[in-house]
Formats: sequence, structure tokens, C-alpha cells
Amino acid sequence: MNILLLAIGAALVNNVILSQFLGLCPFLGVSKSVNTATGMGAAVVFVMTIASFVTSVVYYGILRRFGLEYLNTIVFILVIAALVQFVEMFLKKKVKSLYESLGVYLPLITTNCAVLGIALSNVQSGYGILESTINGCGSAVGFTIAIVILAGIRERLEHSPIPESFKGTPIVLITSGLMAIAFFGFSGLI
Amino acid sequence: MTGILIAVAVVAGVGIVIGILLGVAGEKFKVEVDEKEIAVRELLPGNNCGGCGYPGCDGLAAAIAKGEMPPSACPVGGEAVAARISEVMGVENAENTRYVAFVKCAGDCDKAKDVYEYVGPKDCKLAQNNPNNGPKACTYGCTGYGSCKAVCEFGAIDIIDGIAVINKEKCKACGKCVTECPRHLIELVPYDAERLVRCNSHDKGLQVKAACSAGCIGCTLCARNCEAGAITIDRNLAHIDPEKCTNCGACKAKCPVKIIS
Repeated sequence: MNILLLAIGAALVNNVILSQFLGLCPFLGVSKSVNTATGMGAAVVFVMTIASFVTSVVYYGILRRFGLEYLNTIVFILVIAALVQFVEMFLKKKVKSLYESLGVYLPLITTNCAVLGIALSNVQSGYGILESTINGCGSAVGFTIAIVILAGIRERLEHSPIPESFKGTPIVLITSGLMAIAFFGFSGLI
Repeated sequence: MTGILIAVAVVAGVGIVIGILLGVAGEKFKVEVDEKEIAVRELLPGNNCGGCGYPGCDGLAAAIAKGEMPPSACPVGGEAVAARISEVMGVENAENTRYVAFVKCAGDCDKAKDVYEYVGPKDCKLAQNNPNNGPKACTYGCTGYGSCKAVCEFGAIDIIDGIAVINKEKCKACGKCVTECPRHLIELVPYDAERLVRCNSHDKGLQVKAACSAGCIGCTLCARNCEAGAITIDRNLAHIDPEKCTNCGACKAKCPVKIIS
């Protein structure tokens, strides 16, 4: 039950974009169409789950053993960048179709602060390895939900009469602000 | 002190282990890249201008190597590059028409009137936000603030007497100016097309006359005198189809406002 609550909490209540404001760059940059947004979301789910697992193994296996918890940021950056690189190589060789459908989004995730942010907040909240993985997966699903919803709205905005000065990024920022307020309603859920 | 040393050792150790793992993985999961793709990529200009429709030269190189695009797909490289890529690919280089950009306006400072003095930023898109879409009386013509010149990577556009003029020799037909111009004045035409209408105004004759002495008044004299039937009049503006045009020059001789080149 706790695990389920954790996953739902990560996906909706503490939504990584709309209430923690992490990973805003891909949120605004890759949300022009639902297709690409779904691709980005899938890539994030994939990487964030693995990254949460690996970083928490590194944290408990190496850093904690030597009493070096304060080095977690720099070590996590190292591990995540290498991990994405490795996953990319692996997919390119073994699962060519998945590699092609994820396309440019996979390397983009290396620079996505949401992945690092979730890895850090995992250890700060004192989650174990299993809980970290669940939290990572849940957060990534939350990311996907938010970016796909925004992409859907943006597709409709394309054909709407928007005042000249709001066209482009301004209306997207206003929209995401309204979405953040809407997601605030989930805070009573748990 | 030992704390610092341990920290350095641990991070260095993690780094080395990751480095070795990635190195091993890189060898193990090596994917053969097509040799042709590398060769083609080296022949392409490398401006990454996007004129071919791919995000950059790498994308086009991959497409040419796979045979999805013809060797002449790069508009910037032109025939020289196409010929060398054809050699690499081992296919015949089909002749294809060279295109150049063309500005459909002849209303320079002498001919076109201004309705007010404009002192704002020298940018066509910003000038467009002012009353009457800018100081020029004609709302179709070139405002001459050089937004197209700014995006041209080949120095092929000059602003002469208040209108943009294309240098045909330098133009590579990448199409950037075509999308940049807020008035959609620029189009790509075949290099050897000589007869072109240098006006973009759909206004009626009287309004055109009031705004500019070098505007198409839609009199249809050119269309009636064209033996090849290459000229059509659409909403008070003549348009010459370069495919049908025989360069006879009848339209140029008949045009009362002398805007057919």
C-alpha cells in the first residue's frame, strides 16, 4: 500500500514539472506535438527508472560506506551521464527500433535536470533502493502526463485566435502556469 | 586529510570504473557506420543551413547514403558537389535546374512613396507592427530593412536604394530569406528565367499608382501579348510561369510601368 501511495504521490501530487519545477526545458521545448511528447515521455520513464535504481545502489553501496554522502551530486552526474551513454549504445546495437523511435530524446535526457533532481531527492528523503526505483518511475510517469497534456493543449492553441503579443512561448508559459494550479488540487489526495 | 584523500580516491575510482565500462561497451556494441555516409558527409558544405529539409548535413548525408535522396539534394553545394557525391555513390548525376532567390519588388526610394517618417529599429518584422504595416505606402512591397540580408549566410543580398537585391551568382537557393521575409516577397525562380514581374501588389491599379510608380496595375497587356500563354493575372497582379516562358520579351516591351525585367 505504501508503495502504491508513493507512486501516485510522485506522479500526481509532487509532479516533477508542475509542483517541483524540474525539467522545464524539455517541457517547453518538446511539447509541440503529442507524438514527440509521448516519445520524450517514454524516454524519460526509461532513463529515470534505471537512473534512480543505479544512483541509489551507488549511494548505499559506495558513498555511504565511505561516509561521502556530501559528494552525491557530483557522483550522480557522473553516473547518470555514463548511464545514458551506455543505454544509448546498448539500444543502438540490440534494440534498433526502440533506439530509432526514441531518437534524439535519449541523449537530450542527459542534460535533463529532472533526472538528477529525482535521484537527489530520493536519497534526501531517505528512500531505500526499491522505494527509489518506484519514486523514479512514478515521477517519470508524472513528467509524461504533464508533457502530453501540454502538447495536446498546444496543438489546439495552434488554431486558436491568440492576441499577437501572446503568440509563441508566452501563451505556453501561461498555460503551464494554469496547469500547475490545476495540479495543485491533487495535494489533498494523499 | 585522509578524508579528502578517500573522497578523491572514491570519485576517481568511480570515474575510472565507469570509463573502462563505457570503453568496453563502446567496443562491444560498435555499430558499423556506412563508409559512403562518411564520404558523402565530407563532400557536403557543412553549413548545416537546413535548405535541403534535413536538420543538418549529417542527416542529408545519411539519407543520400541510403539512397533516399538524390546526390543533387544539397541546394547549397550545387552541381560541383552533386557531381562528386554521384562519383562516391556510383550513380549518374541527373541534371537539375539551378534556382536563385528573386525579390518581387522594384519600388526603390525614388519610385515608392512613404506615408510617414519611421525611426524605429531597422528590422522588417518589427517595422511590420507599425501603422500601415510600416512607413511604405505600399503594404506589399519591400520595406528594405534587411531582415533577409541578416539571415543570408552567403552574402548574396544587398539593400540598394531601399529594396533588397539578390546577387544571382552568390545565391545558393537555401530558401532562408523566403521564410524570413514578413511580406513573402521573395521566391525561388530558375537561374535562367529572365522575364519576371518585379511587383507583389494585389491592390487595384489606382491604389498602386498612388503608392508607387513601379507597381503592377493589373492592366493585362502582358498577358494578352504573350504568345506562349505563360502570363496569368491573379488579383490585379501579373505572374509569369518560367516553365512556359520563352524569353521573347513581348511582355517587357508592352508593360506600361516597366516592371517586367
